[in-house]
Amino acid sequence: MITLTHYLTVAAILFVLGVLGIFLNRRNVILMLMAIELILLAVNINLVAFSAFLGDLAGQVMAMFVLTVAAAEAAIGLAILVIFFRRRGSIAVDDVNRMRG
Amino acid sequence: MLIASAIAVIFARNPVHSVLWLILAFFNGAGLFLLAGAEFIAMVLVIVYVGAVAVLFLFIVMMLNIDFATLRSGFTRHLPFGIIIALVLLAELVLAISAWQAGPAISPSRPVDMPQQNIVAIGELLYSRYLLPFLIASIILLVAMVGAIVLTHRGRSDRRPQDVSKQVRRRPDEAVRMTSPGTGEGVKL
Repeated sequence: MITLTHYLTVAAILFVLGVLGIFLNRRNVILMLMAIELILLAVNINLVAFSAFLGDLAGQVMAMFVLTVAAAEAAIGLAILVIFFRRRGSIAVDDVNRMRG
Repeated sequence: MLIASAIAVIFARNPVHSVLWLILAFFNGAGLFLLAGAEFIAMVLVIVYVGAVAVLFLFIVMMLNIDFATLRSGFTRHLPFGIIIALVLLAELVLAISAWQAGPAISPSRPVDMPQQNIVAIGELLYSRYLLPFLIASIILLVAMVGAIVLTHRGRSDRRPQDVSKQVRRRPDEAVRMTSPGTGEGVKL
């Protein structure tokens, strides 16, 4: 039987994997965005698990809002990535500090 | 399964494979939501993430055509530090979860049975109590859409826009010339 602790454990491992992904792929912005998506998925799993086990639907509504913000963030991040690539020809994070003014 | 695909997301050598593993991770997350009894969130997750966000990632990865081998040069250099950070964080979270005791309101073994259908209940809650956050979320989506279009839009180079001040500045003596061409001759413009 799946208990709440199992959900929380899976979400915690997923969160740690997302943080690890951000640390490991320091130069690749696309993989960093994907790691952020993983972190948000972990947050959603926590929200939905607590909502289901408490019998309160507010958690699921909040999970929907998190999902909305995640989608908007992905769209804006990828748009910024595209114009950055057009300007510089690479997406390495190390080059970002050349942006002045 | 979810954890295995999440590991594959961050360790995959090819970013296209990484996106595909991300899609698999989202499918597994949707399955977990179904098990918890949140059908609507599961369906929204599949539609939004697999249908929109993952395809967007795939599109960008394939469109930008980047040399990813040079981008991975720092991978092994950051590996020990990242693993240390991850282990510390994981230890903290495991300690917190194992020390946590379920309160009396939580049914510890299985999800609470809802009196209504999941979608009906979420809809009634979303349009009554959470109406204002719902509207704010719609504004966020609108701003994201307009922002993405404005950021990536490139105007055509051969377009000839109207310049009002130039039109107003024109004077008759520089726009009109009196000529009297002779027979068989043209007017030189």
